[in-house]
Amino acid sequence: MPNISRRTFGLMMGAGASTLAMPYYARAQGKPRAVVIGGGAGGATAARYMAKDAGEDLDVTLIEANPQYITCFFSNLYLGGYRSLASITHGYDKLASNYGITVVNAFADTVDREAREVVMADGARVPYDRLIVAPGIDLIYDSVPGYSEEAAGIMPHAWKAGPQTKLLKSRLDAIENGQQVVMVAPPNPYRCPPGPYERVSMMAHLFKEKGYDDCKIVIIDPKPKFSKQGLFTEGWEKYYPGMIEWYGPDVHGGIASVDPQTGEVETDLDTFKGDLVNVIPAQKAGMIAASAGLANDSGFCPIDPASMRSQIDENIFVIGDASIAGDMPKSGFSANSQAKVAAMAIRGELTGSKVFPAKYSNTCWSLIETNDGVKVGAQYAPAADKIASTSSFISQTGEDDALRQATYEESVGWYKGITTDIFGA
Amino acid sequence: MTGSERIKTPQGIFLGAAALLRGGWALLAAGCALLPLPAAASGKGDPARGETLFKACKSCHQVGANARNGVGPHLDGLFGRQAGVLEGFKYSSAMKTLGEEGLLWNAFTLDAYLEKPRAYVPGTRMSYLGMRKIQDRTDVIAYLKALSQEAPASDPQADTQTRAEIGAAAMGLEGDPEYGEYLSSECVTCHQMSGRADGIPSIVGWPSQAFIRVLFEYKTNIRSHQVMQNMTTNLGNEEIAALAAYFGSLDPQ
Repeated sequence: MPNISRRTFGLMMGAGASTLAMPYYARAQGKPRAVVIGGGAGGATAARYMAKDAGEDLDVTLIEANPQYITCFFSNLYLGGYRSLASITHGYDKLASNYGITVVNAFADTVDREAREVVMADGARVPYDRLIVAPGIDLIYDSVPGYSEEAAGIMPHAWKAGPQTKLLKSRLDAIENGQQVVMVAPPNPYRCPPGPYERVSMMAHLFKEKGYDDCKIVIIDPKPKFSKQGLFTEGWEKYYPGMIEWYGPDVHGGIASVDPQTGEVETDLDTFKGDLVNVIPAQKAGMIAASAGLANDSGFCPIDPASMRSQIDENIFVIGDASIAGDMPKSGFSANSQAKVAAMAIRGELTGSKVFPAKYSNTCWSLIETNDGVKVGAQYAPAADKIASTSSFISQTGEDDALRQATYEESVGWYKGITTDIFGA
Repeated sequence: MTGSERIKTPQGIFLGAAALLRGGWALLAAGCALLPLPAAASGKGDPARGETLFKACKSCHQVGANARNGVGPHLDGLFGRQAGVLEGFKYSSAMKTLGEEGLLWNAFTLDAYLEKPRAYVPGTRMSYLGMRKIQDRTDVIAYLKALSQEAPASDPQADTQTRAEIGAAAMGLEGDPEYGEYLSSECVTCHQMSGRADGIPSIVGWPSQAFIRVLFEYKTNIRSHQVMQNMTTNLGNEEIAALAAYFGSLDPQ
């Protein structure tokens, strides 16, 4: 039986955290049950931390449709030829064997919140005492007129790592000198803010390495500015002069439509034709967030900044890209950080363990060219209405080669570290 | 080309020959006979220049009279010492295993290790990336050889308390390892719990005073690293002491 001591509120109160006061809950029979939907950077981390820290006191189940997980982070490095797909593919075997997590390899359709059960696609039900919803993003295909799930077979988005990433890679590798790539960048908020621009850098690196002197990469962006803009622009001028063109909305005037048959992207300014078009549409929380009624009009899920608890259901926590995490960007690092806060809160409620004040952090590394890495990051703390940034940093333009190389090597170390932290060792 | 590049997998040689040649010296003699000696092994180093270069190593390694273990093991009596055997120092299992299989420190092995630490001893906790120039390595090795004959401190595993210039308040605090364990979840996103250093330094098993000193150096911007300076911005004395207590209690794998 779990330890039935009272929860420790003191520290959370001390931090000014506005937690929902809830009675200590333990099932009358058997262990309390924590269930996680989604085995990505957020969900797998949360499952691992709950299982690792609660040991025998908690029954942890992880529901994930795919047998393996390909990380979105570093998938641009696969496109650039720096990493193999195998090196960014991870299994769930260690979570099951080394931490005692029940891994359910099936698709969760919705949540019966009244009964506190996850409803699986085959109709099976998984009961929970506390549920973590970490479905990542879904793409809003029709946010770009003319684009659709079907069109993604011709104009890949590759914004969820997997078959789409492989498709984009093979299409990129087939580009010949003199051809043009067009990227339709996503509007805010979206997964991995520097991602589209790192991806363009990797495309340019590929072309440069092949000796192509007549390729163009055109970015049609609905945003007037983008993450690490100064750093990317400096790098593009330095390494790929004349190859990359970026058009913000004040220049292109708006994206009217895309045509998968002709490879055309029509804007108010002009029609851009790509031999390869990479459309990254607008995004919303993964499907189950909406089917379980956890998302608001924004398409994402409002949470309590002190715990990642859903504002809509006190037994559910939403972490990662699906959540509205205030100043935190949608990134694997953020999801991993939020997972630890949610795991601690749930463990506290279900087993009576100590709950410390929430702390969050994020760093995003991007590769511009071989051994030229840059980063942006921040620390965050819960404020009354959102998770707020408390301090931040960003790489500077004009940094020397040794520092940029060290930053890149650090990112490789981080990849090893975070994937071990997510999937276990 | 240098010796270490010729020996593609130094650990492979140790592993393969270990059964036949338990004595490290004999093994190395065999290795040297097959391969030309690198310049570093020929002993034409400048210890004075080596001393200057060694400043980069000093924050972790003490050498000379009364040297103690810090973040890294002390380097007194290094020449001829079996790898991974100093009492009271938490080595990686990789280093301990190689020592047991016959790795001894001398000019030849140090040269290969210093050039590419993580290639020579995969799994080492030493986060140093390597010294590329052969003359630099030769000079540092000459310096180490000259100094390593001094007697180590009588209690080499004692903390490096006397070297603490800042963070005195936190140094006096008894850290709460349970709090440290929670706080550590922010660190282990990058720094591996196993103590492995794959591009990000190992922070497992450090003496707590050294851990505290380093965090204060980041917090006060004496040490420059954007992520670490940012990470330590919001850490108070109690939190730094808690982290030091927790990570210090762990053993590298």
